[in-house]
Amino acid sequence: MPKLLSALIAGGLIGLALLAGPVAAAEYTVVLNNMQFGPTPAGLHVGDVIVWQNDDFLRHTATARDGSFDIDLPPHTKAPLTLTKAGTIAFFCKFHPGMTGTLTVAP
Amino acid sequence: MRRFLIALSLAALASSGVAYAADAPNDAQIAHIAYTAGVIDISAAQQALKKSHNPKIISFAEEMARDHKAVNDQALALVKQLGVTPEDNATSEALNKGAKAEAATLAKLNGAAFDKAYIANEVAFHKTVDSALSDVLIPSAHNAKLKALLKQGLALFTEHLKHAEMVAGEIK
Repeated sequence: MPKLLSALIAGGLIGLALLAGPVAAAEYTVVLNNMQFGPTPAGLHVGDVIVWQNDDFLRHTATARDGSFDIDLPPHTKAPLTLTKAGTIAFFCKFHPGMTGTLTVAP
Repeated sequence: MRRFLIALSLAALASSGVAYAADAPNDAQIAHIAYTAGVIDISAAQQALKKSHNPKIISFAEEMARDHKAVNDQALALVKQLGVTPEDNATSEALNKGAKAEAATLAKLNGAAFDKAYIANEVAFHKTVDSALSDVLIPSAHNAKLKALLKQGLALFTEHLKHAEMVAGEIK
């Protein structure tokens, strides 16, 4: 019986350890439409993926001001970006400088 | 007052002393004016792409050619869908006349002088077009789809104006 108890406790601990382990990467979509970036998601972490979806009939870019990414977005296309660093990253469209946004990424 | 404002804006749009009918333009004329303004800016961009060696000017001109073609393609598809034939009018003619004169002036310039004059004209042109869109063309448009496209155009050309002002500041 103690053996069974030990096994159950050990199993529970392993389960807890798994739960407390790294969170699976999430995927979010940011839509560009009518010359604007849509809302950026909250709760971003390193490893998450942002899919930039350009619904405009115009070419745009999602370009980080710190140079960490520069995604070309021809009309009606989408492109993924895997977040590789934590911090607050301001971004804009190279062609239409009034189009701006900010990503807040936790480690 | 509204008639006066319309006449004033259309006169400003054409940036010449041509007199205009004070009546608001109809949808067929609005489509023609908006399309003409796009064609004019594409031609100006093509001239810049031939003459300029400045990467900022080249990049800006490429953007103008690309964006204005995209808007005009949308406009063509819309008038086809609506069964509207764009109608030539005094404003479109005056715009073309003004653009021809500007192109001739720019043709005589080279190097930094051309770059400065081209981008200064882009700032002025987009200011005028943006005012005409917001003051006359959008309020006068009857068809909802045409009005929506003009509003999209205004959002885009407002960005072009910001970008042109930014480039003008950078190449001083």
